[in-house]
Amino acid sequence: MADARIAKVTMPKWGLSMTSGRITEWLVEEGTEVKAGAELAEIDTDKINGVLESPADGVLRRIIAGTDSSAPIGATIAVVAPADVPDAEIEQVVAEAEAQLASGEVEEPQGPVVATVEVDGRPISYATMGDGDEVVVLVHGYGGDKNSWLFVQEPLSRTRTVHAIDLPGHGTSGKDVGDGSLDTLAATVLGFLDVVGAGRAHLVGHSLGGAVVTAAAAAAPDKVSALTLVAPAGFGSRVDAGYLRGFASAGSRRELRPHLGKLFADESQVTRQLVDDLLRYKRLDGVGAALETLLGTLLDGDDQAIDAAPLLATVEVPVTVIWGRADKVFAPADASALGQAKLRVVDGAGHMAHMEKPNEVVAAVEAAAGQQRATRETRELVGNEGGEVPRA
Amino acid sequence: MTDTLPSNTAYELNPDALLAAYRTMRTIREFEERVHEEFATGEIPGFVHLYAGEEASAAGVCVHLDDRDVLASTHRGHGHCIAKGVDPKEMMAEIYGRVTGSCHGKGGSMHIADLSKGMLGANGIVGGGPPLICGAALAAKLQGTGGVGVAFFGDGASNQGTTLEALNLASVWNLPAIFVAENNGYAEATSSTWSVAADNIADRAAGFGMPGVIVDGFDFFAVYEAAAEAIDRARNGGGPTLIEVKFTRYFGHFEGDQQAYRADEVARARETLDCLKRFRGRVTETGQLADHQLNESTTRSTGSSTTPSPRPRPRPSRPRPTSPPTSTSRTDQRRAVRSRTSEEAHSWPGPSATARRSTRRWRRRWSATSRSS
Amino acid sequence: MERDESVIVMGEDNAGGMGSPGEMDAWGGVLGVTKGLYHKFPGRVLDTPISESAFIGAAIGAATRGMRPVAELMFIDFMGVCFDQIYNQAAKFRYMFGGKAVTPVVVRTMYGAGLRAAAQHSQALYPIFTHIPGLKVVVPSSPYEAKGLLIQSIRDDDPVIFCEHKMLYDTTGEVPEESYTIPFGEANVAREGGDVTIVAIGRMVSVALEAADELASSGVEAEVIDPRTTSPLDTDTILESVENTGRLVVVDEATPRCNMATDISATVAQEAFGSLQAPIQMVTAPHTPVPFADSLEDFYMPDAQKVVNAAKATVGWKR
Repeated sequence: MADARIAKVTMPKWGLSMTSGRITEWLVEEGTEVKAGAELAEIDTDKINGVLESPADGVLRRIIAGTDSSAPIGATIAVVAPADVPDAEIEQVVAEAEAQLASGEVEEPQGPVVATVEVDGRPISYATMGDGDEVVVLVHGYGGDKNSWLFVQEPLSRTRTVHAIDLPGHGTSGKDVGDGSLDTLAATVLGFLDVVGAGRAHLVGHSLGGAVVTAAAAAAPDKVSALTLVAPAGFGSRVDAGYLRGFASAGSRRELRPHLGKLFADESQVTRQLVDDLLRYKRLDGVGAALETLLGTLLDGDDQAIDAAPLLATVEVPVTVIWGRADKVFAPADASALGQAKLRVVDGAGHMAHMEKPNEVVAAVEAAAGQQRATRETRELVGNEGGEVPRA
Repeated sequence: MTDTLPSNTAYELNPDALLAAYRTMRTIREFEERVHEEFATGEIPGFVHLYAGEEASAAGVCVHLDDRDVLASTHRGHGHCIAKGVDPKEMMAEIYGRVTGSCHGKGGSMHIADLSKGMLGANGIVGGGPPLICGAALAAKLQGTGGVGVAFFGDGASNQGTTLEALNLASVWNLPAIFVAENNGYAEATSSTWSVAADNIADRAAGFGMPGVIVDGFDFFAVYEAAAEAIDRARNGGGPTLIEVKFTRYFGHFEGDQQAYRADEVARARETLDCLKRFRGRVTETGQLADHQLNESTTRSTGSSTTPSPRPRPRPSRPRPTSPPTSTSRTDQRRAVRSRTSEEAHSWPGPSATARRSTRRWRRRWSATSRSS
Repeated sequence: MERDESVIVMGEDNAGGMGSPGEMDAWGGVLGVTKGLYHKFPGRVLDTPISESAFIGAAIGAATRGMRPVAELMFIDFMGVCFDQIYNQAAKFRYMFGGKAVTPVVVRTMYGAGLRAAAQHSQALYPIFTHIPGLKVVVPSSPYEAKGLLIQSIRDDDPVIFCEHKMLYDTTGEVPEESYTIPFGEANVAREGGDVTIVAIGRMVSVALEAADELASSGVEAEVIDPRTTSPLDTDTILESVENTGRLVVVDEATPRCNMATDISATVAQEAFGSLQAPIQMVTAPHTPVPFADSLEDFYMPDAQKVVNAAKATVGWKR
């Protein structure tokens, strides 16, 4: 029987459509000691390149799938175990893994479960992973969808219920955005919480989604346990209006691709598949009109139209803001605009920090949970009567 | 079920309507005669196919049509265009290939169209129109406009597969369509008596499940009545009708056609059968209109709005050959033929005995009452 | 059809059962493509007698009068009995009438070999339509392309010939539930690669992708381009690719004289001559009618091996 401390490093499932990944580089050599969360390998999928983290502390005992090899999701590609686990047991695990890889019979990990609910008469599509007590809701930005959280949703879902939603006009939700105002979008998020019976949730928002969750928290404080904002809109007036308009109006791969380069610190992140997926989205009926309407919400001339700072000021729960230092769309806001929020500027990330440095976002959510627990314990000690004990 | 309608009703049209009908026919006649003259100068590009002599058909049908209704024509389409309301000035410009033409010079004589007036176009393909009219009639039926589609086609097209398929489809789908077979006796240089296997084109109607009627094409009122019945039937969901209009064309198949295949029927037709003369005779005889009214309408039709536009360039003086041309160049031959035609239109060598006999036979069929079919 | 009531469908047995004692919508098209529409949209799905001239012509005529007909020419091989209406009428109205005519008709038609349907029911005649100015010709290669391109075809104001390969009906793929469009004249890069460009039409796209996988195992990375529409043709994408790879293979199931392979090859030779490092290779059917026997028809069609050989010929070519 294998030692329980042996941790299999498996090919993750990032997003709904990933079926396999290619290891482009092992960042760590066999025999190196690693901590849980350490970066082990760079993995390439059709859509995006990501970094695989170690599931446990220990030593990287064996690399099963080497550089440039591909493996299906769920396959064991390496083994991490403490140094004192006997080689023989490692060999056994390795042999099993290699046999599985050879035969092609790999147990597919449970990916996100997609469903649709109706909120304010609009179909809202969402993907759920995990079933912990704490609920996290991930809200994407302008032109994005629930799949952009692929690197964040999986790790968080190990101990939480994590929903990633498609805002109206996006993904596979209904394409009618009504007036497309911040209030309408915030109401949709809050309505979603009601429909899925979430009670109280940690809201995470990117870009436009960041402003939306801020507005939601300001409108219904009892429903929001914490906020994590990734490069949010609405803090400061500067914005690359040309990017937003260009994204909305581009009709072909040739027109769209140059704009997408502005999203990442490393432009090579813009794969052909990413461009194609965005084009397919933009060509759905109703998307053009939705994006145009939302431009009106985002822009006032060439400046930002949203001012979310006053809304944030009313929020009392913990707020963390993650911003890529190389963000070309919204430059990192001044700390002053963010009030009591903790700002963390991340190197090596542009506007898409949740895809470029996802562990930062994961860490922020987890840290907030810690804070929240502390707050709850404090409340219990004090005998808070202002409402029920939060059932996160 | 083929009937030849004798016409004796001039009373259903009021004087204004009668004048309008006359003006339409007169405009067509003048337009075609003018094109005939101008073509001889060599300035009009391509081919033209003139409708002179057949005016009663276009006028007699189109007087019943409005903007809901659609018409498809043939390569001999000027008459139908004018009768449906296409601007003659734009038509003339189109014939000259000008950018001010109905099709900006892109179509020419054979493709004049004005979709806004329900004129689906003259068509260079024999039999091209009937299927399109099935479509137009289908659209009218599905859209509930009450409109009809009228397909004009010739005796040549009456043998084309597309026409026959369209007749069948119009019956099968019960479409508001009217098929007007303009039998002017010749498909290019071949007599319709030879090429049409049946005695009358209208005889085919029974084979396609629709009524068939024969009318004297030189008689505006005969056409008018037959068209009235057919269009009424179509508008009221009674399905399609085939009308065969029998007459002759005054000019060749195309301008430049020597017409060696013809006898002297044109001269006689112009003299005794001409639709304008007969119309005048009828309306003055019944006292509905006076000669001077008809003459004044003539004057109006030579006025600015309905006349073809003035000559774009002065007519160059061209030497007329006094002997048959010896040049083998096609252009020279065409020019020689054209100039001969314009000055010698009515002074051909007389018809041969054979031609005379066949002409007589043809005339007999032409005015016959119905034969059992 | 839900969104626009001017869209009507017509064709032989598009429902099936007209005038017959059994049930209506008995077929829903010869291969079931239009099944169910007859009952869902009463009065808008019209069966026709076998009179292509008449009903294709009718579809065209109705299109000039504000309808958006989708007429089915059951087999592209039957174009001969209605070709005049398509190429002399529909294709030319807009031009001949000085830009004033709009003819938004779609002629859907089946093409292609592989079903043992023999010579008169297996041809790939889209090059003939491509040759005619005034027609748009669409040849989808996958379910995603088919839906987007068909919706685009119906919304387009010009006559469109929509060519469906009869062997592709059973393929599956991810397709959005919602309506969407794909613009004409935009090629899809189905696979990126830097060593050789393979342009493939319709069903040949999957043949080319199969060949590309095989080539990859020999270290040759092929770029596979699917033009999606032969008219308008996205020459920019093709030229860009050839400028990068220097080598071109064109895979076209149509017979070799004056097909898309010759068309694309000539354009590339003229516009990107300096980039070419080897002669262009065309992989097509032979210049014969489609045979009937299994083995003969299989030999007739371009397959992955033929494409691999052609690609290797360009890569290995030396002056």
